[in-house]
Amino acid sequence: MEKPLTQHIRQDQRPLTLKEYEKTGGYEAVRKVLKGISPQGVQDIVKESNLKGRGGAGFPTGMKWSFVPLNAPKPKYLIANADEMEPGTFKDRILLECTPHQLIEGMIVSAYAIQANISYVYLRWAYKTAAVAITQAIQEAYEAGYLGKNILGSGFDLDMHLHTGVGRYMCGEETALLNSLEGKRATPRAKPPFPQISGLFGRPTIVNNVETLCNIPHIIVKGASWFKDLSLTNDPGTKLYGVSGKVKKPGAWELPMGVTMRELIEEHAGGMQDGLKFRGALPGGASTDFLVEEHLDIKMDYPSVAAAGSRLGTGTLVVLDDKTCPVGFVKNLEHFFAQESCGFCTPCREGLPWVEKILGSIDEGKGRLEDLDLLHEHTYNLGPGKTFCAFAPGAMEPLQSALKYFKKDFEQHIHEQRCPYHNGRA
Amino acid sequence: MLTAEEKHKIDEAIHHVPIRKAAGIEALKIVQQNRRWISDESLQDVADYMKMTTEELDSVATFYNLLFRRPVGRHVILICDSISCWVMGYETILQNLTQRLGIKLGETTADGRYTLLPNCCLGTCDRAPAFMIDNDLYRNVTTEQLDGILKKYE
Repeated sequence: MEKPLTQHIRQDQRPLTLKEYEKTGGYEAVRKVLKGISPQGVQDIVKESNLKGRGGAGFPTGMKWSFVPLNAPKPKYLIANADEMEPGTFKDRILLECTPHQLIEGMIVSAYAIQANISYVYLRWAYKTAAVAITQAIQEAYEAGYLGKNILGSGFDLDMHLHTGVGRYMCGEETALLNSLEGKRATPRAKPPFPQISGLFGRPTIVNNVETLCNIPHIIVKGASWFKDLSLTNDPGTKLYGVSGKVKKPGAWELPMGVTMRELIEEHAGGMQDGLKFRGALPGGASTDFLVEEHLDIKMDYPSVAAAGSRLGTGTLVVLDDKTCPVGFVKNLEHFFAQESCGFCTPCREGLPWVEKILGSIDEGKGRLEDLDLLHEHTYNLGPGKTFCAFAPGAMEPLQSALKYFKKDFEQHIHEQRCPYHNGRA
Repeated sequence: MLTAEEKHKIDEAIHHVPIRKAAGIEALKIVQQNRRWISDESLQDVADYMKMTTEELDSVATFYNLLFRRPVGRHVILICDSISCWVMGYETILQNLTQRLGIKLGETTADGRYTLLPNCCLGTCDRAPAFMIDNDLYRNVTTEQLDGILKKYE
């Protein structure tokens, strides 16, 4: 089983130095494209590979790039979205801390493909180890001539800067990230214009997730059909999957796209902790719909998870066990969303705290049956098309699915006027 | 008054962006790193230097979770309160911490040593529960470890 993204990660998790990275074939993709592939040619290879964005939305990367006008005047920007803040998600951290040069190489090739000359790594504040690794790697890459003017004598220039954020979940949304990089509040922008036309400082800009960018050098060196063959399904590549919650061995693993949720939990995460049963899981972070026992054998790729009524999202599962209260679980999620709403549009700003309060009342044994109707109404009123960006609809995904799959738990809280799990909680 | 060193660092940040204002967040970070928090006076100084109004800069300063507009202690504890940590025992760790320190979330100890703040997902969910003290990350934390951890900051 090939693991292109993680196979060279050192046992001690120290970042690979430039020399170590080069020994594993590193920067071969940069040499290859700068020597003899046109920017359009690079885009064609990535389009052919059908790589989908690994940040959560799963949008085809080649298509995203194709909207950048190649002949637009300079500057154009490429940004690595390293603001990993989706609760339950810890996959990009591994790539950032352990293989910073892989990200930088992916960024150089991607910047070349859209002819951008300035690039930023937008890193979340909490990733201190990653910040050191990336800073060091950028410096090494400049010294070796992979960054800066006239890279490897090709005439292509690229500067790269590290920007560390100051903490807001919204910064992961690409247009909010752009506002944040411009020194503003991280509120989302209206689309169109799309960032590919008018992004950072009004210039054509591409924002790609870290894992997405790390895939690029491998696709360039080994080709689109190799990339497709990595997967168990029609959805190509490998995926960094993760599992957290009360399993025996929580962790993250690079696996072929399309392994099942059962394999992830039972084989890789060692199964549920003793005495606990699986009740459900968020397949890809806090803003994805619950999957439950009947979904254990679906393939964890973008179309299959979507067909099951959820989203692959970031591919990092958060597991709910039978001794943890589903109402408390969802209340924790909605607390997060209420706190992190940027406050820019009314349904999200006002609706999410209301949802959190209702869930709090139910959890404390003060709920009324009509509260469930209110919660249902919110899943509609904060749903797709009702708000300025995808934040509130994302917040409603775990709620609407919890109301469906764990209805009896909600009702029991209300009938008994108490939390039946209370002593079982952590 | 901004110090010469602060100005030097802010100038460097301005150098990386095409519009002066775009370095506003960076400037606030630099000042906070030096003074632990951003007082009204600091805000005014930075705003003047960035050629922004204080209102404009404060709209940014108050937006971000980790820019502190109120005084904080010498060490800031950021405890992850997101879902994986909640499942794995955040509430127990929080309860122990608040008892030991004698403060609630959002408060600073009387001796000015610690400020305790909630933080969303620290991205280390496979080793929950977790918190950070200043730049140090602690994961798989148990209540038995708390004394030993806190001792490092005495």
